[in-house]
Amino acid sequence: MRVDLSWIDYLIMIIYFLFVLGIGWFLRKFMKNANAFLEAGRSMPAWVAGLAFISTNLGALEVMGMTGSGMKYGMLTTHFYWIGAIPAMIFLALFMMPFYYGSKARSVPEFLKLRYDEKTRGLNAILFALMTVLASGISMYALALLMENVLGWDFNLSLWISALIVLGYTYLGGLSSAIYNEVLQFFIIVIGLLPLVFLALKDVGGWIGLKAQLAPIAISKGYAADAYTSTWMYSGHASANPLGVEWFGILFGLGFVLSFGYWCTNFLIVQRAFAAESKAAARKVPLIGALPKMFIPFLIIVPGIIALALSHDPGKGFVIPADPGGGLNYNLTIIMLLKQYLPTGVLGLGITALLASFMSGMAGNVSAFNTVWTYDIYQSYIRPRTSDEEGDGKHYLKVGRIATVFGILLSIASAYIASKFGNIMDFLQTIFSLINAPLFAVIFLGMFWKRTTGHAAFTGLLLGFLLALLHHGLTIPAGATSLVKGGWIATLHTYPVEMAQNFWTAIIAFGVSTTVTIGLTFLTKQKKSDEELTGLVYSLTPRTIVDKDLPWYQRPVGLAILVSVIFLVLTILFW
Amino acid sequence: MVDIRIPIGLMFTIIGTLITIFGFVTISNTEMYHKSLGINVNIIMGILMLIFGLIMLFYALWKKKKA
Repeated sequence: MRVDLSWIDYLIMIIYFLFVLGIGWFLRKFMKNANAFLEAGRSMPAWVAGLAFISTNLGALEVMGMTGSGMKYGMLTTHFYWIGAIPAMIFLALFMMPFYYGSKARSVPEFLKLRYDEKTRGLNAILFALMTVLASGISMYALALLMENVLGWDFNLSLWISALIVLGYTYLGGLSSAIYNEVLQFFIIVIGLLPLVFLALKDVGGWIGLKAQLAPIAISKGYAADAYTSTWMYSGHASANPLGVEWFGILFGLGFVLSFGYWCTNFLIVQRAFAAESKAAARKVPLIGALPKMFIPFLIIVPGIIALALSHDPGKGFVIPADPGGGLNYNLTIIMLLKQYLPTGVLGLGITALLASFMSGMAGNVSAFNTVWTYDIYQSYIRPRTSDEEGDGKHYLKVGRIATVFGILLSIASAYIASKFGNIMDFLQTIFSLINAPLFAVIFLGMFWKRTTGHAAFTGLLLGFLLALLHHGLTIPAGATSLVKGGWIATLHTYPVEMAQNFWTAIIAFGVSTTVTIGLTFLTKQKKSDEELTGLVYSLTPRTIVDKDLPWYQRPVGLAILVSVIFLVLTILFW
Repeated sequence: MVDIRIPIGLMFTIIGTLITIFGFVTISNTEMYHKSLGINVNIIMGILMLIFGLIMLFYALWKKKKA
């Protein structure tokens, strides 16, 4: 499974590294205080923040995982990009962004503090900080392992070098540098993977040829002939489609709970919109991100589907290496495709695209971590603000920079833990992913119901998380061999596939959290006055329409309509 | 602060030029392009990147001039 690179491939990679670091170097002189470093001075144009918004999400594990899922589940994987992202992004832009941005909160935990109270913020800040470090550690481990297996690079060396490059540009230029580089990385990812899609599609005879080749494979597995190339058509029954989940789970579990939980409350993503130059720009950020988001499946999922066809055609000599467990190592799908089709030159570009996706994901984690650490943990519990605003700005800048170094070192440490105790890390990541759904319930209720109280929100957040954990401990997906997948308390229910279990865990987390928060709100007293909640709650915030004179494509609503139309067309086209 | 189009434009212009030249140098190497179905993807992608890079640069300069 080795891929051999030549000098020109390395040269392309080095030029990319120089530019990434150069952007950080250039921006370093603008980093005069914590505000510039951690919030990019709230100065980003909508298109820059919008592309960064989508690029942060396009981490290495996402690219590798989604191509692998394309091979496993076919076009149904696009549910993660269409129904599982677009409605939530539109909702974030139109309904939530005005309160997030207007509240002047510098992070999602800080919004919880303004809307509710200190304990709700503390709980979220600590869980979030742990989650980001863990997530970047795991993706760093995956990347270094890939480089070792496929390119023959030394594991330790690739781990440290990739971490040091990300550290270099985030330390120098903070969030601005992370965002600018994410835009650059976005273009590298798209352009680097473009020849792959083009060649792979040509090789299998285009979309029509691909469908024809997939039909016998689908039939041999007991599905309808076009099961791998349709999205909703066979979702009536879980067993009729390769994903193994029925329409309700997809629509409600993925399309509502998981997707709104991720896109509307994950600070890693939302931070890019917080950095926009104005409220109007902040509202446009998720919508500008949604435009390319809808087409990314053609770049990373379609090649995965082609890989499925190739692996059944002995003449192609295309093999996905097995993982130690005996199954196919689906994460290697993308790199095996790069090896199959790209000659020296564009191959270097393709590998650079993978490195870029890794860096954009990791920088996202790092810049979210240092902000939450500095503002929500350090400034709240260790050293509060003083009367000296300028001195504070310098002090927190220093703290933010130290947090950047510290965060990366922690990620490296967790990458090493992952290499020794992979299961434990997978387990922890599953657990931390449970915080999003309850968080969405609490923030949503807070923004649209002024009565919601702090005690209710805190309890809802905690109980939603704990019950989701309990559900995970009591159920397993069929065929699970380790307790990491669930059932570590007892096995009360077996799901046909892991994804169904994930969807239901999230649905339960959201359901419990909503019920508890609403119930307790009636039993507790609202301590915040209407004045304190102005700008944070829908009914208490005066509505001002400022964009009447702008052309439709510069207005959030106009863009939202455009995004919805494209979303509908794609859904119908690939029904 | 800085126009991000400039570094993006510069990088793609440089890498695009490099890959285009490499594509022309290896134009007769049919064995190498056997993988890519006999298509010299280096020339195609190189020129595409070059055009993209130059558009970014011109757009940045034009914006600067206007401002």
